Amino acid sequence: MASRRAQPRTVGTYARRLLVIGYLFLLVIWPVALVVQKTFEGGLDNLQTALSDPVVTDALQLTVVVALWAVAINTVFGVGISLLLVRYEFRGRGILSALIDLPLSVSPVVVGLALLLAYGGTNGTFGPALEDIGLQVAFATPGIIMATAFVSLPLVIREVVPVLHEIGTEQEQAATSLGAGPWQTFWRITLPSIKWALVYGVVLSLARALGEFGAVKIISGNVAQQTQTATLVVEQKYQDFEQGSAYATSFLLALIAVAALVVVTILRPKDDSDGD
Amino acid sequence: MTVDTPLAPGAARRRRARGTTSLTRSSGLGLGIALTWFSLLVLIPLSLIVIQSIDGGWETFRQTLTNPQTAAALRLTVTQALIVTAINVVMGTLIAWVLVRDRFPGKRVLEVVIDIPFALPTIVAGLVLLSLYGPDSPLGVNVANTERSVFLALLFVTLPFVVRTVQPVLMELDRDVEEAAASLGASRFTTVRRIILPSLVPAITAGAALSFARGISEYGSLVLLSGNLPNKTEVASVRILTYIENGNEAAAASVATILLLVALAAIILLQVISKWVARRG
Repeated sequence: MASRRAQPRTVGTYARRLLVIGYLFLLVIWPVALVVQKTFEGGLDNLQTALSDPVVTDALQLTVVVALWAVAINTVFGVGISLLLVRYEFRGRGILSALIDLPLSVSPVVVGLALLLAYGGTNGTFGPALEDIGLQVAFATPGIIMATAFVSLPLVIREVVPVLHEIGTEQEQAATSLGAGPWQTFWRITLPSIKWALVYGVVLSLARALGEFGAVKIISGNVAQQTQTATLVVEQKYQDFEQGSAYATSFLLALIAVAALVVVTILRPKDDSDGD
Repeated sequence: MTVDTPLAPGAARRRRARGTTSLTRSSGLGLGIALTWFSLLVLIPLSLIVIQSIDGGWETFRQTLTNPQTAAALRLTVTQALIVTAINVVMGTLIAWVLVRDRFPGKRVLEVVIDIPFALPTIVAGLVLLSLYGPDSPLGVNVANTERSVFLALLFVTLPFVVRTVQPVLMELDRDVEEAAASLGASRFTTVRRIILPSLVPAITAGAALSFARGISEYGSLVLLSGNLPNKTEVASVRILTYIENGNEAAAASVATILLLVALAAIILLQVISKWVARRG
């Protein structure tokens, strides 16, 4: 952009830079570094102990399965809702668009309670009927998937909607007028243009899904080796004074989340020339 | 919000220009499926909370809220979330400013650092803060089990919100206008106050609303850090959890409803402020 000229550097520039770096160092960088350091305090012992503990490995496995389901559901739902919100006109669109953000403002504990009230096995609204047809939601994997999908629901939509607004419909209309069907238009025109926003949204959802704690704690029942996810193991191990395992499991969860973020930050094309 | 009244011809033209169409059969079906899922997952369960708290009657509601422990938890939660949001408004805007306007090696690293609190599991966030500000703190600062720990945890988990809402707006801001103002004799301070700040206010308030809503609802990062001491470091979410564990779902729903209402009020209030500031310019 023409207006991106380097601004003259003043004392203020350096003061602001120093303040921001200092703040982020004390709040985020140093504490995170310490957890990494504590994980590797005795070499690889902590990781080995954690990974040979079936309670930990079962929980990690459950977390991965749940996160993949939740992210898959949110991706399909998110792209669909984004297209509907941006490209179509229907009654109540504004309300729907406002309600979509709701899960971000609701406490995880409230999410757990809400799902329990709806799907609890004995006195939930739908729970007993669903159990009659053999589907247990609360205190089982489906409930954990729902809680996880709930808390990460808006993330894909929030990334994709602005991009859909920005790209407009000219290319899509051109494709349609040249005889492309709706699916063909979607796969060959729309999807490639929202690709990076979608990838970023999926990564954020994945990070959020792997890390959900409060909602899952309530709806899962927290039974070791059955409905206990990785974040619940961290809490239990820490409280049981097996801090090595707690740090190691935390490290693994943080590693996945941060690695995904770093990969996207590197891969994402710099569409705005503000980088260094 | 969607306007359902008959449209003026101008409005209809504008709409078509934006490329929206009315629903076709297949997109209508898609909308139906999406709405069903959204209702089953989010809307119905959340409504059940409100219904449950009304069902318990006014008496349960009143009793729950006048319980000193619950009242203290609500007070602590709202106060700390307010303080943290105020700090985020200042620091978040400053961080966004530095990320957009300044250039220095390692800036891309800071971009990732901003997202870490969002990506990190909340229980891990608590553990992370405990390692620097807990009993074994290398800094000698131990906030564990004090009110400060609630403040610190909320500050950590809400870090990205203001930064990430302000940053894109700041990128789009036309620097020519600032230069024009400067060349017409406006001081840097005047330019910031009259040109830059007004265009950032809607983004800042949106970020503040998200940060406050997240603050009052935080749970995971506090579990290991704050010790959940009644009347001291116990927040509203923990009260709800205790009520659920005691099988008192009506009381849990009452506190949850209060939290939902406070979040809603904050979002509306901030939107009003934002409009008011934007109009004054």
